Amino acid sequence: MTAKPPIPAHPRVGTRLAYGLQRALRPRRLLHWLSARIEASRLARPLFTTTERLTKDTLFGCRMCGQCALPVTGYVCPMGCPKELRNGPCGGVGADGGCEVYPEKRCVWVEAFERAASQGRSADLRLLHLPIDHRRWGESSWLNYWQGRDEELWTREAGGVGDTGDNRRHQPVLGGS
Amino acid sequence: MSLRDRLRAGSFAVTAEISPPRGASTDPVTATAALLRDWVDAVNVTDNQGSNVRLASWAGSLAALHAGLEPVMQMTCRDRNRIALQSDLLGASALGIRNILVMTGDHPKFGDHPEARPVFDLDSIQLLWTLRHMRDQGALLSGRPLNPPPDCFLGAVENPFAPPASFRAERLGKKVDAGAQFVQTQYVFDVTVFTRWMAQVRDLGLHERCSILAGVGAVRSRRGLDFIRDKVPGVEVPDDVYRRLRAVPADQTAAEGARLAAETIKELSAIEGVAGVHLLMAGNEQAVPGILDEAGLVRDGR
Repeated sequence: MTAKPPIPAHPRVGTRLAYGLQRALRPRRLLHWLSARIEASRLARPLFTTTERLTKDTLFGCRMCGQCALPVTGYVCPMGCPKELRNGPCGGVGADGGCEVYPEKRCVWVEAFERAASQGRSADLRLLHLPIDHRRWGESSWLNYWQGRDEELWTREAGGVGDTGDNRRHQPVLGGS
Repeated sequence: MSLRDRLRAGSFAVTAEISPPRGASTDPVTATAALLRDWVDAVNVTDNQGSNVRLASWAGSLAALHAGLEPVMQMTCRDRNRIALQSDLLGASALGIRNILVMTGDHPKFGDHPEARPVFDLDSIQLLWTLRHMRDQGALLSGRPLNPPPDCFLGAVENPFAPPASFRAERLGKKVDAGAQFVQTQYVFDVTVFTRWMAQVRDLGLHERCSILAGVGAVRSRRGLDFIRDKVPGVEVPDDVYRRLRAVPADQTAAEGARLAAETIKELSAIEGVAGVHLLMAGNEQAVPGILDEAGLVRDGR
């Protein structure tokens, strides 16, 4: 795993701007084509991944788990949670919203909830995040995202049967077949 | 009657909690189980509570089972990855331990080995989901089939008092979606805040899909009161409760704490959707009969 320990980080990008960029950069044919070209290049791929690392470290305290949850967490990184919780806060959040482990820092999920709610996106926090693949640490999640490999990160329903909603993600790992 | 059957039948349930010893003997668990057997429906056996090393939860659970008291085996995500957690469920089920309580777990920083590697490979919701999948689909996360699959009754925890307050009921909803069939809450000292949370839980219809057991603690001493207020993560002791317990002479704190617990149980049992109470006694299990008696919850009468 990464050498960088999980410590709550606070995004340096306003919520409105972050969601605006999300809309501008959502997967489409041009980006799918471009990201495939970058992946295929021995030079461009590491350069791109390093650029992503530096950008997202500065803006979000990114630890490069390679499976980015930012689009559905109000752009607050859940991997900064000392317990790396991807499904919401633990029960140890202080009355002031402080992290249990680093009381002087705000709980990432308290901040995620406020930021998502401020843009009418609280429903994002109800999504169920699947267990992550630890082999993917260090990969570019932007390339994974544009290539459509991020689609199994979260789901609306835990059941695995009977849900045909738009937000339904495939579950090859959990209850898919 | 098992805890699962009792809750399904809609009868008010009482559970308590045992911390296994720091040592290679199950005798203390057996003794406490014998004391509680006639008073509670099941007993939680903690999993290295507070990140301090204790006898394994599965071993303590087995001792309780042998002593004639149904165990609730606690499982945290702190120390074991998905391989070990799935293996533990198979082992527990094979030994006859049916009730599994899933939680994230305290961070190692707060325990007796603060230098340990925190694991947290899965979070509590992912673990609930994994265990339900093993039971209902009869397969591991990897897809490999289980023969036979485990039988289990899955529980979760929730803290209605921690921020963000407006998200706490929805977070329970995620746990219920993931597979929680019962939930035990953090200490309820503030019945007003708990009542507000229960209204949100009812609005989401969660009380019909998941049995809700409210956590009740009995303060034994002034030191214990300060510990709960200052050292247990996520617990809020309202000022009026604190003042009430400090107002009596120090040697009366335990009696006043027991009285308060009995009153709280009565208030909680009147709230629509509360299926039972979970007693958090912190080693003071001998006070359980008195408290339940005062609350009018004599076992055969329930």
